[in-house]
Amino acid sequence: MSVELLVGALAVVALITYAVLGGADFGGGIWDLFARGPRRDEQRAAIADAMGPVWEANHVWLIFVIVLLFTGFPSAYGALSTGLFVPFHIVLLGIIARGAAFVFRAYSPRAAGEASSPQAKRWGVIFGVASVVTPVVLGMCLGAVSSGAMRVDDAGVHFTRTPWLAPVSLAIGALALAQCAYLAAVFLTLETDGPLRDDFRTRALLAGTAVVALSAALVPLLLREAEHLWQGLVRGPGLFALVPGVVAALLSGWALRGRHYRLARAAAVAQIACLVAGWAAAQYPYIIYPDVTLASAAGPRATLLFVLYSTPLGMALLLPSLWYLFRVFKVRKHDAARAEIRATRPVG
Amino acid sequence: MDTLLAARAQMEVSLAFHMIFAALGIGMPLLMLMAEWRWLRSGREHYRVLARTWGKATALTFAVGAVSGTALSFELGLLWPRFMAEAGGIIGPAFALEGYAFFIEAIFLGLYLYGWDRLSPRAHWWTGVPVAVSGMMSGVLVVAANAWMQAPVAPEGAGAAFAPFLSPRWLDLALHSTLSCYIATGFAVAGVYAVGILRGRDDAYHRSAIRIALAVAAVTAMLQPLSGDISARMAAKHQPAKLAAMEALYETRTHAPLTIGGIPDDDAQTLRFGLEIPAGLSLLLAHDPAHEVTGLDAFPRDEWPNVLIVHTAFQVMVGAGFAMAGIGALFWLVQWKRRGREPRALWILLVAASPLGYLALQAGWLVTEVGRQPWVIYGSMRTADGVTTAPGVPITFFGFTVLYLLLGTALAALLRALATHNSARRALEQA
Repeated sequence: MSVELLVGALAVVALITYAVLGGADFGGGIWDLFARGPRRDEQRAAIADAMGPVWEANHVWLIFVIVLLFTGFPSAYGALSTGLFVPFHIVLLGIIARGAAFVFRAYSPRAAGEASSPQAKRWGVIFGVASVVTPVVLGMCLGAVSSGAMRVDDAGVHFTRTPWLAPVSLAIGALALAQCAYLAAVFLTLETDGPLRDDFRTRALLAGTAVVALSAALVPLLLREAEHLWQGLVRGPGLFALVPGVVAALLSGWALRGRHYRLARAAAVAQIACLVAGWAAAQYPYIIYPDVTLASAAGPRATLLFVLYSTPLGMALLLPSLWYLFRVFKVRKHDAARAEIRATRPVG
Repeated sequence: MDTLLAARAQMEVSLAFHMIFAALGIGMPLLMLMAEWRWLRSGREHYRVLARTWGKATALTFAVGAVSGTALSFELGLLWPRFMAEAGGIIGPAFALEGYAFFIEAIFLGLYLYGWDRLSPRAHWWTGVPVAVSGMMSGVLVVAANAWMQAPVAPEGAGAAFAPFLSPRWLDLALHSTLSCYIATGFAVAGVYAVGILRGRDDAYHRSAIRIALAVAAVTAMLQPLSGDISARMAAKHQPAKLAAMEALYETRTHAPLTIGGIPDDDAQTLRFGLEIPAGLSLLLAHDPAHEVTGLDAFPRDEWPNVLIVHTAFQVMVGAGFAMAGIGALFWLVQWKRRGREPRALWILLVAASPLGYLALQAGWLVTEVGRQPWVIYGSMRTADGVTTAPGVPITFFGFTVLYLLLGTALAALLRALATHNSARRALEQA
């Protein structure tokens, strides 16, 4: 296997992790914006509790994707930044506004006994809106590099129609939104109890239906606008992602209906992973179809090797830390025995 | 406004904004660890309240630093795609390693902030250690990318991957900028609590806050002139045009004077109204009055940085730096001699000194970055050749400036509320 393929694979793994963890974060913001019904405040509190300790770590995966991209494939990064100047700026705006609004809301001063101040509510709206817009535009960018509407040559980047506003890009953006919403709702069923859990189950079923509908709507669009992507999905390595992906999606929906929440979560994660991996396999060997490939954009070989060799070392530091983080905060909170241990300890 | 000017301005605003929070992200975790350590050792409750408050401040500033840092990695490509196409593969390793450090920081900050009730006090303190260490390391590592732009090297073979770390300017810039982060944080924090004392809240809580902040800031402020001396020599060696602009030295000469203040006049090639110390610059750079210092006349006019900006920013940085070293020393002298009966003027002085660290930090980055112009990669690629061809940069510049202003204002208000909010004091009274 060539070095650039390995670095590309690394970037795809980082993208999958971002889609799962960052995607669930975006989804949290989506359900915050659309919190409805008598338990509206409880829904928001559950989302904030679930996201609080982990959201920043979740978003570092995007930084990894970007860094891998400009380190390993510098000319592709240059072309993407020029061709997707506007959507990248929107994503940027979304990321800044979202993160800032989330912490600003969390640390807004409030009067005793008050659920949230008007100031905190305003930050909440910004957080929610940015959580909706950002994944849609990120999905649109993914569509733009696959549609073939963006041409790159020595003189720069050209397109006749705006590639990220093409129907196929819009559909992928909508699918990304639905996926985030689905993932977050499924995750939240494991962070909540009782009626609140049912709220998120209902939301997950809703979003899951949207995922299925949008996936179906995507098929004719792919055939018309990005045939190479379709061909890559239904034959060759793409098929190895597509079939398990469909199975995982159905399994996840079935498990959710039957309230097997852990299984639903595992299957939902597998489904997203298959979706991104399938896209990558179908897109291979292109970064920007049809002009920029992994090989044509690859940076200096020494740098690519550096990226490869430094990864296990970095991960040796990272993964145990991440494991510890998720163990402390994502093991079921209402475990009676643990709660008792905590209660007997002097609270810091 | 043309694209180049707008792109430079947008980069400058983004970096300046990010720098405020990046510096706090490096400095605050250390202060918070020291406060918690004091709590563990002494059991005195106000230290715990301090650590918690500073943890929250760290969370706020880290989040804003994180998102503005993400913005910067996008902007490198959005504004400078041709530079990134050329250099992305070279400076990438610095960003890749910084990514890991940043990741560790994010993970352990989550543990620290939300782990007060879930971890034993000792384990909790330890979760803060990686936050402080990796916060500092991420700064050190990412500066390597900038150092490579200041003094590029092109090693052959496997060494090519380490180019940013082989740049001769990495270590001196990393040392100088890391120290400046602790200084800026320490003086800013001390000023906030000095305001509290001046308003009549002269208690152990406020005093401990100031003592911890200035323990860090005074030591680093006194080390900084040494680091600055190293950096000036490295600039003289690797970026002589920058050094000449810093000192507004137009003429290559021996017995070069050190000029304090003054207004450079490029057309007349003189520095007006400055206070000259004869042979001072030659002495500082080589300990030899006869040492020849390269002036701006050694470079074609179109390779000069903006002398007025670089020289003025340099003077501001050095002035603020020495002022802080003096104030830091004075504070501890007063603590030693008259602890508990400090003159009110001391607190007023600390309030006045509060913005000096940030002033020096921002001025220092102006010296570094404007002093590198007209090059984006010193001596090899001009900034004008790296800028984007996309239209609309003046619009995004305007948009992001407004956004950063709004966020900065909101954050300042929140931090102020955090510092003065009586919840901290209420918790203290209950304890």
